[in-house]
Amino acid sequence: MKKIAVSVTVNGRQREALIAPRMLLSDFVRQELELPGTHVGCEHGVCGSCNVIVDGKAVRSCLMFAVQAEGSQITTVEGFSADGELHPIQTAFWEEHGLQCGFCTPGMLASAKELLDANPDPTDDEIREAISGNLCRCTGYEFIINAIRSAAKTLRDTENKKTLQPA
Amino acid sequence: MKPAAFEYECPTDLKAALAFLDADTETRILAGGQSLVPMMNFRMATPERLIDINRLPDLDYVREEDGDIVIGALARHGDIKASELIAEHLPVVAEAYEWIAHAAVRNRGTLCGNLCHADPASEMPAVMQVLGARMVASRLSGSRQIAAEDFFLGTYETALEPDEMLTEVRIPKPEPNSSWGFEEVAMRKGDYAWCTVVVMLSVEDGKIRQPRIAVSGISDHAHRLGATEAGLEGRAPDTALLEELAQSAAQDADPIGTETANSEYRRDLLRVLMPRVLQAAIDRAGE
Ligand SMILES: Cc1cc2nc3c(=O)[nH]c(=O)nc-3n(C[C@H](O)[C@H](O)[C@H](O)COP(=O)(O)OP(=O)(O)OC[C@H]3O[C@@H](n4cnc5c(N)ncnc54)[C@H](O)[C@@H]3O)c2cc1C
Ligand code: FES
Ligand code: FES
Repeated sequence: MKKIAVSVTVNGRQREALIAPRMLLSDFVRQELELPGTHVGCEHGVCGSCNVIVDGKAVRSCLMFAVQAEGSQITTVEGFSADGELHPIQTAFWEEHGLQCGFCTPGMLASAKELLDANPDPTDDEIREAISGNLCRCTGYEFIINAIRSAAKTLRDTENKKTLQPA
Repeated sequence: MKPAAFEYECPTDLKAALAFLDADTETRILAGGQSLVPMMNFRMATPERLIDINRLPDLDYVREEDGDIVIGALARHGDIKASELIAEHLPVVAEAYEWIAHAAVRNRGTLCGNLCHADPASEMPAVMQVLGARMVASRLSGSRQIAAEDFFLGTYETALEPDEMLTEVRIPKPEPNSSWGFEEVAMRKGDYAWCTVVVMLSVEDGKIRQPRIAVSGISDHAHRLGATEAGLEGRAPDTALLEELAQSAAQDADPIGTETANSEYRRDLLRVLMPRVLQAAIDRAGE
């Protein structure tokens, strides 16, 4: 089958490749772009570990063909930290024990980031709803909910400090 | 767990998309991909060619037109769920979305793709039937409308011809005095239903009028319950009546069974959920 040229921006970097249409976005980021932080659990949309952010929205990368991402902005877990500093959501997962084996974590982070970008002060129910499509086999979820609640507070505090600072 | 090879087309106008369907090659439309891609990953589906409709932004709408709420082929679950038009005119659709999949799936999945996929345990096929929705099926030579109750034929089977695309769904705005109910049981929130019961009705002068009730998760496709509807029409709402009708609907049903929810359990769910849904709709009608 004919290969197709794609051009996407991944974690702020323009990437180009010639790929078969059947290549899943999850395989594209892991294998072609060598960004294995995105995890693949089930490959049929159930577990959420492959969630990445495409044009601001969390999506299952195992249910999108990479050719469909043409022209998109993609954020994978590798794009969360800037200059070696963990993102506040990642720090909160660390501090609140929001992970054990870490397999579900990249997908959890994508879902959490989408939630907090839209809703800086979510209730616990809203947090639960946001991660309802992400399976975790280790934590029992409670620590993940604590982590997201704590990250929300950190992000709000940082935002408040910024706006309170004299120009 | 990788899809078989296929040719990929990504048209930027509807005509071009329809032209691709009008060919011998085994062709499928790729909308949100949230049902088709899992099927392809399992190799339960091996289309020769995919027509990606994601670059047809003109099909991404929820709007009001001639007394209908009209939902285009590219309108995604998440946008419909959040739509103010839907909240105002079709609260039963908004409620059903509380039960359908998860945010990341709703970010890409479309209502039209959901209806074309026609999973027996899918909620919207039942919802569309109680709302009296019409499916607009288009091909190069023109389009036709199919009533929701004639659209779903069986598991993964609809009335669409291979060269037809579902371009929009037209849902008549319910009468101002009409009321609704929706209940579901599934293994986890966001999973496909073991049993969904949905109803629209109104109560006039203490009598139930124009009841429409449909179920999914029970047979190979969502369907209306004509006998229950007939038993409700013109009757005064009363708990004993609702229970009696639920009992006989459950008796008449021949539910499908799966490892997680066998046939007897689903029959029980139907019997228990039906009076709840009806009572909720009746209570709402009194508000
Ligand atoms: C984890 C998970 C949980 C889910 N839970 C639920 C649930 O609880 N309830 C539920 O109902 N669904 C559920 N779904 C399925 C989801 O709602 C899908 O979005 C939907 O079934 C298919 O819509 P789509 O736009 O993704 O279609 P696709 O997957 O792109 O297409 C599905 C089928 O319809 C055809 N098709 C698509 N659009 C058209 C069109 N316009 N005209 C003609 N044919 C077309 C395709 O060729 C394909 O055969 C779930 C999915 C996942 C991954
Ligand atoms: S790997 Fe994509 S949802 Fe499980
Ligand atoms: S930390 Fe192991 S699956 Fe979630």
